[in-house]
Amino acid sequence: MTGYIRANTVEEAVAALAAGARPIAGGTDLVVGARQGKQSLPDALVGIHRIPGLGAITETDAGIDLGTLVSHAAIVSHPAIRERYTALADASVLVGSHATRAQGTLGGNVMHASPAMDTGAPLLCLGGTATFATPSGDRTTDLVDLWTGPGETTAGPDELLVAVHLPASAQATGSAYVRLQYRRHMEIAVVGAAAAVILDGGAVTRAAIAITALAPVIRRVESAEQALTGTSGGAPAVEAAAQAAADAARPIDDVRASATYRRAMAAVVTRRAVQAAIARARGEEIPIPATESTQGSWR
Amino acid sequence: MTHPITLRVNGVPYPLGVDAHATLLNVIRDQVALTGSKEGCDDSECGACMMLIDGQPVNSCSYLAVQADDTEVTTVEGLAPDDKLAPLQEAFLVEGAVQCGFCTPGMLISATCLLRDNPHPATDEVRIALSGNLCRCTGYDGIVRAVLDVAASRSADPRSIARPAVSRHER
Repeated sequence: MTGYIRANTVEEAVAALAAGARPIAGGTDLVVGARQGKQSLPDALVGIHRIPGLGAITETDAGIDLGTLVSHAAIVSHPAIRERYTALADASVLVGSHATRAQGTLGGNVMHASPAMDTGAPLLCLGGTATFATPSGDRTTDLVDLWTGPGETTAGPDELLVAVHLPASAQATGSAYVRLQYRRHMEIAVVGAAAAVILDGGAVTRAAIAITALAPVIRRVESAEQALTGTSGGAPAVEAAAQAAADAARPIDDVRASATYRRAMAAVVTRRAVQAAIARARGEEIPIPATESTQGSWR
Repeated sequence: MTHPITLRVNGVPYPLGVDAHATLLNVIRDQVALTGSKEGCDDSECGACMMLIDGQPVNSCSYLAVQADDTEVTTVEGLAPDDKLAPLQEAFLVEGAVQCGFCTPGMLISATCLLRDNPHPATDEVRIALSGNLCRCTGYDGIVRAVLDVAASRSADPRSIARPAVSRHER
């Protein structure tokens, strides 16, 4: 096929993908990329933006399900996400401008697979999984196994992301996402980091730390997590975790920053993200977005 | 290949045939012939093309017209339907928030959204909300004052559409 069709069901969308069409929802990556001359628009497009049910945020005993069409604006205004999956709200509130957040979808962000996209590190730290509709039925994968390189995923061309699932968070979980940026809006991360920690009796019993725009894919850093786990979350442990994240960074030079700068800033953003996550786990108020509330002389 | 769509623009239905790759901005300007919305950067950086689709803001230079089939589109022309300026437009004039005017249509749409969602924003909230709209002339201060003026006049009298009591020149 060529041209454009509008899918009214997931099945119609998957059939169009199998026939060679590419999906479009808010267009905030696909069309913008074409306007910038990065990649021309696909000849065949299937509009998925009107498929009923894919824009829902549903809380269950097992956690929270985010339909692929959930907008960043919906994420930012959702009370449960702000309270229990705070790092994701920290990220979505920074995406684009309010026009981008109204039209841009979580599914688009995930499948664009940019190593600099904002929601990726929070989703990894919060244990996200992705469910795809395929010609042979649904399949679910950990997001850790989805991204393989800049703009590359393990999803087949006939597989449509339909939902992202985040497991229920333990009590005393705190999470935060922090990035460096040149402008408050219409930016993606120069460098970024997310952290999610669980505290028990004052000790960090679980830590997840992921880095953004510091490697070919957004990735967890196990050595940083180990440096924090089992400690009280005090300054030496936070510093060790931040340094481990910086050591794991494999940044590149590009239009937004040099590799040298990114490497130097990796520890800074990681430290801020970890500190904010710990503070939130302790019940302290760190306003969303943590990027702004942790700037300057904070701590 | 053209696709038949219907756009309702500022309340008026327009049956159109559009190319699959045509942007909403180009269709509104060239086929609907409403040229208030501007093409600035043409890649979603500057906000000069901002419109509303079903009440939600969109950078129309980077949105496919075919996807807007059967939606309600509001452009800057729709903010003053009876040839009577909206309070924000009045306030922009009073506060000197317009110089070359190129960013103004997008600014007005963006600020309209802000005041709808947050009727009494703080100064910083106005600046953050409008930071997807670039202005190369005014330095933003007049624009921010205009938005705050409208918020203040609404809080004084919810029915008020009066112009702000104190203009920049009287201060």
